[in-house]
Amino acid sequence: MTVTVTWFLLLAAALFSIGVAGVLIRRNALVMFMSIELMLNAVNLTFVAVSHELGLIEGQVAALFVMVVAAAEVTVGLAIIVAVFRTRSTANVDELAEMSG
Amino acid sequence: MAETIIFILFAAVALVGAVSMITASNTVYSAMGLLATMFSIAILYVVLDAHFVAAVQVIVYAGAVMTLFLFVIMMVGVDKPDAYGAQLPIQRFMTAVVALGLFGAIALAGRAVWITGSDAFGTPALNGTAEAVADELFGTWMVPFLSTVMLLTIAAVGTIALAYFRDTPLEEVSE
Amino acid sequence: MTDLLWLVIALPLVGAFANIFFGRRLGEPLSGWLGLGFVALSWAIAVPATLSLVTGSGHPETMYLFTWIPGVGADIAILWDPLSAVMTMIVTGIGSLIHLYSIGYMHGDERYPRFFAFMNLFIASMMILVLASNYAMMFIGWELVGLSSYLLISFWFTKPSAAAAGKKAFIVNRIGDWGFLVALMIIFASFGTFDFHTIFAAAPTLITVGTATAITLLLFVGATGKSAQIPLYIWLPDAMEGPTPVSALIHAATMVTAGVFMIARSAVLFEMAPVSGAVVAVVGTLTALVAALIAVSQTDIKKVLAYSTISQLGYMVLGVGVGAYTAGVFHLGTHAFFKALLFLGAGSVIHAMANEQDMRKMGGLRKKMPITFVTMGVAWLAISGMFPFSGFWSKDEILAATFNKGGGFLVLYALGLFVALLTAFYMTRLFVMTFMGKPRWDDDAQPKESPFTMTIPLMVLGFFTVTAGFVNTPARLAFEHFLEPSFEGVAHHSGLSTGLVIALAAVALTVATVGIVWGWTKYSKDELPAEDSKFWKRSLAAFGVDEFYGRTIVAPGKKASEWAADTLDPKVLDGTAHALGGGVRNIGDALGKLQTGQVRGYAGGIAIAGVLLIIAFVAIGGGF
Repeated sequence: MTVTVTWFLLLAAALFSIGVAGVLIRRNALVMFMSIELMLNAVNLTFVAVSHELGLIEGQVAALFVMVVAAAEVTVGLAIIVAVFRTRSTANVDELAEMSG
Repeated sequence: MAETIIFILFAAVALVGAVSMITASNTVYSAMGLLATMFSIAILYVVLDAHFVAAVQVIVYAGAVMTLFLFVIMMVGVDKPDAYGAQLPIQRFMTAVVALGLFGAIALAGRAVWITGSDAFGTPALNGTAEAVADELFGTWMVPFLSTVMLLTIAAVGTIALAYFRDTPLEEVSE
Repeated sequence: MTDLLWLVIALPLVGAFANIFFGRRLGEPLSGWLGLGFVALSWAIAVPATLSLVTGSGHPETMYLFTWIPGVGADIAILWDPLSAVMTMIVTGIGSLIHLYSIGYMHGDERYPRFFAFMNLFIASMMILVLASNYAMMFIGWELVGLSSYLLISFWFTKPSAAAAGKKAFIVNRIGDWGFLVALMIIFASFGTFDFHTIFAAAPTLITVGTATAITLLLFVGATGKSAQIPLYIWLPDAMEGPTPVSALIHAATMVTAGVFMIARSAVLFEMAPVSGAVVAVVGTLTALVAALIAVSQTDIKKVLAYSTISQLGYMVLGVGVGAYTAGVFHLGTHAFFKALLFLGAGSVIHAMANEQDMRKMGGLRKKMPITFVTMGVAWLAISGMFPFSGFWSKDEILAATFNKGGGFLVLYALGLFVALLTAFYMTRLFVMTFMGKPRWDDDAQPKESPFTMTIPLMVLGFFTVTAGFVNTPARLAFEHFLEPSFEGVAHHSGLSTGLVIALAAVALTVATVGIVWGWTKYSKDELPAEDSKFWKRSLAAFGVDEFYGRTIVAPGKKASEWAADTLDPKVLDGTAHALGGGVRNIGDALGKLQTGQVRGYAGGIAIAGVLLIIAFVAIGGGF
C-alpha cells in the first residue's frame, strides 16, 4: 500500500468538490469566499502532485503563481465585501441580488 | 511507509477541515476548519518534495490570507449565527448531487489517463528547494512573474481605493 | 457644312440653358428673340447641308460625336441622310416661325423666358431624335421630347386642368415607351447592337419574320403613344391646355410625327413583317375615322384641330403601314405646314377674341382679321384636299398607295375616302363658323388683326402650304426620288398607270368638294344649326373613351394604390417590422429572467455545466 500519485489527485478532486458544495450551499459571502480558496488549494495540490510525478519543476512554479493570484484576489474580494457590508450591513449573498434582468 | 501514514493522517485532517468549513454555523469555526486544511496541505507538499511551495503555503495562505479572513469575519459580524440552510429543500439535494457528480466525473475522466508512474518516494526525484524554483521562476518565467508583480500592486491600490471610497468626502474620514 | 451639324443639336440646348439661367434678366421680349435666334441659326446651318443632298453634291453620311455605351453601337452620332434632312428642315424651319409667333403671343406672361427655354429644349430633343444614328440615341430624343411636351403642356400649371393634362400626356406616352423599350431589348438580343446601318444591313438574313413582327409591333406600340393613335391618343385633346404655339409646334408639326418618322426609319424591319404593316395600316385608318367622327361635333376651335391632327396622323400611319414610306413622310411634311398654320391662325383668333375658344361665339371675323382669314383659308383648303394645295397631293398619294395594295386594303381605301369627306366637312364647318356669317360675339370683345410677329409666320406658312405639294406630284415624284437613299432596303412599289392615277385623284377631289359644299351650305345660314341628335352628343363626348379608360384602368389602379397605402404599408410592412422588433424584445425578456442576480444560482449553473462537460469529454474519448 504505497502512496501513489493517484491518491493525491483523488484527494484534490475531493477537496475541490467539497469547495463547490460550499459555494452552492452557504449564504454567507465570507464562507463562499473561503470555499473558493479551498478550490484553489485543491488545484495547487494537483499541480504539485503531477510535478512530482513527472519530475518537472514547472508544476511548483505554477502553484506559486496560483498562490500569488489567489492572494491578490482575496485582498480585493474582501475589500469589496467590507464595502458592501458598510452600505448594506448584510453579508448574505441572497440579499445582494441587484444585478438581475 | 512513512509517507503512507503521513498521507492518510493529514488527508483525513484536510477532509475533516473542509467539511467542517462548509457545515459550521459559526463563521469563525469555518475559518478554523479551512486553516486546518491548509496546514495539512502544506504538509502534503513536503511529502511531495515541494519544500519551498510548502513554506510559501504556510506563510501566505495560512498566515496572511486566513488572518485577513478572520479580521473581516470579526468586522462583519461574528456573533450572527449563519444557518447554512438553503432556501429551497431541493437545493441541498442538488448540491450533493452536483458535488458528488463532479467528483465522480473527475475520477472517471482520470481513470484512463491517470499518470502511471513510479511510486518511489525514497529518493527525491525532484529538487524542490528554493534555489531550484528560483532558477526556473526568474529564468524562463520572468515575464509572468513581473505580471504578477503588477497584479499585486494594482490589487493593493484597488483595495485601498475601495476602502476609502465613500459618499462623504475624504476630509471627514481622516478626522 | 455637314461637320457643323452637331450645332443643330447644341445650339437650341445652349439657348435653353441660357434662357433658364439668364432669362429673367433678359426679360421679354429679348429672351424670346434669343430663343428664336438659336433655332433660326440651327435652321441656317442645316440648309446648306440639305441643299447639298438635294443637288446631289453631298451624300448621306454619319458623323460620329462621342461614345456613349461602348461596344453596343450606342454612340452619339448623327446620321445625315435625306430623311433626317427633311425632318430637320421641318422642325427647325417651322420651329423658328413658331418661336417668332410666340414672341407676340406670349406677351405679358410672367414666365415668358421659361417658355422659350422649354421650346428650345424641345427643338434640341427633337433634333436628337431625328438625327440619331442608332436606336439608343433615338430613344434619348424620344424621352426628352416627352419631357419637353410635359413641361410645355402644363406651362400654366397653376390651372389644375393644365397640370393634369401634362401628367396625362406623360403617363400615356410612357405606356407607349414601354413598347419601344421592349422592342429595343429584342433588337439588342437579336443584333447585339443598336446602330441603324448594322441592323438594317443584317436584318433580312439575321432574324426571322416572327422576330421582325414582334419588334415592329412593339415599335408601333411606342408610335401609338407618341403619334396619338388608338388606343393611346387620349392625351392629345387634353394637351390643348397648353399655349397655342405649343399645340402648333408639338402637337401638330413635330413631336407627334416622331412615331411616323420612327416607323419610316425602321422601314427595313417593317418590310420584313407584313403582318405588322397590316396592323399599322388598320390602326391608322381606324384612328383617322374615329378622330374625324369626334372632330365633327367639337365646339372648341382647338379641340377640332386636335382631333383633326389625330385623324391626319392616322393617314400618315396608314401610309407607312402599306409600305408607302415616302407618301407618309410627304404627308407628314405638308401636314406640318398646314396644321401649324391652322393652329397659329386659331391662336391668332383666340388672341384677338380675348381667349375665347368657343366657335359658337365667333363668326364674321373675316372683316376684322384679313390676314388670318386668308392664310387660314389656304390651310383649310389644303387640309380638305383641294387641288392644287399641298394636302391634295399628299393625301391622294397615300390613298393611291392603299388602293394599289389591293385585297383587304380596298376596305381601308374606302374608309380613307370617307375620312377625307369628313375632314373636308368639319374643317369647312370650322372655317365658316369662325370667319363667315354674322358676328356672334359679345360687344365688349374687340377683335382686331394680330401684330406682325404673329402674322408673318402665318404668311410664310401659307406660302409653303400652297407650294409644298408640288415637290411630289405624280408626274415628277421628285420628293420620292430624293428620299430614295433613305429607303434603300425597301422594295419599290410598282407604279400605277397614269390613267388610274388621274382617276383616283379625281375621286379624291370629288369627295373633298362634296365635303366642302356640304359643310358650307349647312353652316352659312344666319342661325347655327342645332347639333343635338344622338350621334352629335356622343361625338361631342368623344364617345366616352376617356371615361371608359377611367373605369377600367385608372379606377382599379387607384384602388390598388389605396390598398397599398392603407393596408399593405401600415399593416403588412410596418406590422412585420414591429413584429420582428417585438419578437426580439420578447426573447430578450425571456432570457432576462435568467439573470436573477443570485450568485449561488450562477455558481450552480457553472458547476453543472462543468460536470456535463467533463462527462462529454470522457464520452468523446478522453480529450485530456
